Amino acid sequence: MPVPTEQIGKTYAPVVYAVGREKVREYAAAVGESNVLYYDKEAARVAGYADVLAPPMFVVVYCSAAFMTALFDPELQIDFAHLVHGAQQFRWEHPVVAGDEITTTLTVKEIAERAGLRFDTFETVSVNQRGQTTCVGTWSTIIRGEDEG
Amino acid sequence: MSLTEGDPIELRVTPDRYVTVRYAGASGDFNPIHIDEEFAVSVGLPGRILHGLWSMAQVARAATDAAGGDPTALRGLSVQFRGMGRMEQEIVISGEVKSVAEGVATAKLEAVQADSRLIRNAVAELRAG
Repeated sequence: MPVPTEQIGKTYAPVVYAVGREKVREYAAAVGESNVLYYDKEAARVAGYADVLAPPMFVVVYCSAAFMTALFDPELQIDFAHLVHGAQQFRWEHPVVAGDEITTTLTVKEIAERAGLRFDTFETVSVNQRGQTTCVGTWSTIIRGEDEG
Repeated sequence: MSLTEGDPIELRVTPDRYVTVRYAGASGDFNPIHIDEEFAVSVGLPGRILHGLWSMAQVARAATDAAGGDPTALRGLSVQFRGMGRMEQEIVISGEVKSVAEGVATAKLEAVQADSRLIRNAVAELRAG
């Protein structure tokens, strides 16, 4: 399988995501969250937030376009039929609330082959409209060799 | 609420039949292996499977609930995805606070459904109190 190691270090154009109140509520409901801070603007304000708070894992929503851009980059030669999400790491810094605009920049950190498997690692760095980092993500994918089904 | 070494963490959740459809809409991940039974079977899966990141969100919820429900207590979370999660079968997220140092509690967790480990070696870092 192709292992285009010359793509390591590649950084894509930043992607901006505007966090909407109803999107936060929709996401929170889809993952079964009941915390009132994700749904009720007044409760969030009382707790010191400008609007409803996004759950920590909402990071996957505002990073999605950046991650998809990399996965669909023809230069990375990713074989979707054999792609699995192997591991995921997030480090959170500043909280995200509805009304924020989050800018995410993705960098290819690793492309390697070990034991017939291809391992890719991508890093996302997301900052809000005040320049504060909201989350750093490490996305690890595995591509199986075709002969292994 | 403060966390101390040895504190257990547990969350049980049974994903309903349509959770992957709602999660696809909410997250933007419309990979058909999660929402189209026929397609999932055609690529050798037992049927539609859960999104790994939905399962990771359950681990995150278990961790923040253990920290008293303050979402900002969660400083970091890393997971390894393993088995395929299915609908209408209970998932048990369980773990324990392994250490507390300099105001940060480190917990190890996993997510298991029947005999399948969906997420293993999860490590959550939480503000301790």
